[in-house]
Amino acid sequence: MTTLGLTLNDSTTMLRRNLVRAKRYPGLTLITAAVPIVMLLLFVFVFGGTLGAGLGGPDGGRAEYADYLTPGLLVLAIGAAAQGTAITVAMDMTEGIITRFRTMSIARGAVLAGHVAGAVVQTLIGLVPVVGVALLVGFRPSAGALEWLAAIGVVALLSFAISWLCVAMGLHSKTVEGASNLPMPLMLLPFFGSGFVPVDSMPAGLRWFAEHQPFTPFIETLRGLLSGTEIGSSLVESVAWCAVIALVGYLWARRNYENRPAR
Amino acid sequence: MNSAISVRGLRKSFGEQVVLDGLDLTVPEGSVFALLGPNGSGKTTTVDILSTLTPGDSGEVRVAGYDVAKDPRAVRASIAVTGQFTAVDNLLTGAENLRLMADLLHLGRQEGQARAADLLERFDLVEAATTNPSTYSGGMRRKLDLAMGLMGDPRIVFLDEPTTGLDPRSRRAVWDVVRGLVADGVTVLLTTQYLEEADQLADRIGVLNGGRLVAEGTAAELKRQVPGGSVRLQFTDRRPLDDAARLFPSAALDADALALDVPSDGGVRALKDVLARLDEAAIEVADLTLHTPDLDDVFLALTGRPTPEEVAS
Repeated sequence: MTTLGLTLNDSTTMLRRNLVRAKRYPGLTLITAAVPIVMLLLFVFVFGGTLGAGLGGPDGGRAEYADYLTPGLLVLAIGAAAQGTAITVAMDMTEGIITRFRTMSIARGAVLAGHVAGAVVQTLIGLVPVVGVALLVGFRPSAGALEWLAAIGVVALLSFAISWLCVAMGLHSKTVEGASNLPMPLMLLPFFGSGFVPVDSMPAGLRWFAEHQPFTPFIETLRGLLSGTEIGSSLVESVAWCAVIALVGYLWARRNYENRPAR
Repeated sequence: MNSAISVRGLRKSFGEQVVLDGLDLTVPEGSVFALLGPNGSGKTTTVDILSTLTPGDSGEVRVAGYDVAKDPRAVRASIAVTGQFTAVDNLLTGAENLRLMADLLHLGRQEGQARAADLLERFDLVEAATTNPSTYSGGMRRKLDLAMGLMGDPRIVFLDEPTTGLDPRSRRAVWDVVRGLVADGVTVLLTTQYLEEADQLADRIGVLNGGRLVAEGTAAELKRQVPGGSVRLQFTDRRPLDDAARLFPSAALDADALALDVPSDGGVRALKDVLARLDEAAIEVADLTLHTPDLDDVFLALTGRPTPEEVAS
């Protein structure tokens, strides 16, 4: 078998292991999927009336805010799932079997790639109920089949990049608690972007940050695909950010994994 | 005979703490080598370096003919490691754990299943195949751990304290597994704190202390290195004990046990001499036992401290 074939083969084996483990230990996956749903309900029903009116659209109110909010919330949900990834990896590293993997002739990086692939699959599954609840509370996307497919692609891309980062964070943390805290900024970043309110309502300094932080182009791309707003350069920026985040996460994760103490 | 493991001048420090201080070690193919030493003597670090988990600081280490620093993948393909901490996946059943190994070893479905079935049978784990390791006894977990390592048909097996924390019955089961490996021509390097284990299993024993081998040889050779046994005199009172201690200045006093160990070659003449001197001084002895040298004495003589007591489990 070629190196690539071996890597794929071993990564698939690890993916299968991670999915079985997730199925048998579902608590974490459920919680990380529940957080965005609670946030969605909170923002639509508690803040939605006022925030929606502030958007200045023709309909105003709650329904319009549900349309505005959903893309940002999907990105927040990816952040929440990624936190679960970091915790899962940190927990996995405390298991003796990781030590065994490191004494076996397994393709380099397969253990980590298996975690990333497992995280992407879990994230996509976890987003289905979020979209379902969003539709229930008034989200009315204008997207056709092609736009939906593109949106799923964008979500998978972001999840892939963030998962590499969070696998690295999970490896970096000495404790499971640490792994739970380290990705926290990922959950907060959508708030300091275009996720919850338009960036032009923010003060100058914050606005500059909101326009240039990595999550904003993702949110804008999703919003464009789902609700038909202007996408502009957001897609290109999203892909570029993705490449940077994934590469940094990959290199960091590899270094952490190879240089781990023996036990 | 070719050596399966050869180590020359291996050094390893963690910060200021020197763990291995110029270790030399040779294990011929198909033999069992026991690395015997107290906690903190560097046993686990040695296994970690030999199994590519940790790099050494300096020295040359070859396993299965490959340099562990330059060719770790080739080393990994030839070895199996069972550490002190069970390396099984607790959310997978016994059979799924073995299948995971088969997949990672690229065995193919049929061969993987055949080997798994054979190992489950051999290790008396058939019932454990469908349940999670969290429900197993310590002995069963260790056996599954060993079975997972053996899925790859390794030429060299590292066992780091394989019976620590096991009850006597499980311990004997693990010993049987090790003997089975030897019969198949596998090279085994095991670390242990238990002299009995080394005595039972190993062709050669290396005594590790302070990060280097302080002695190496067969159990019989090591025992010969200790000058002799002793006569243990037991007293009922402190006074005769002290009197006797003055009589035999080279003896070791055990005040708590009210006993005195007088060095002796264990011969009849020496014994007579001890008794005659006690008689002469009119010292009452409650009991007397003869102690011939064993590995405990070897250990004490070589490392300056007694071996740790076995922890009853």
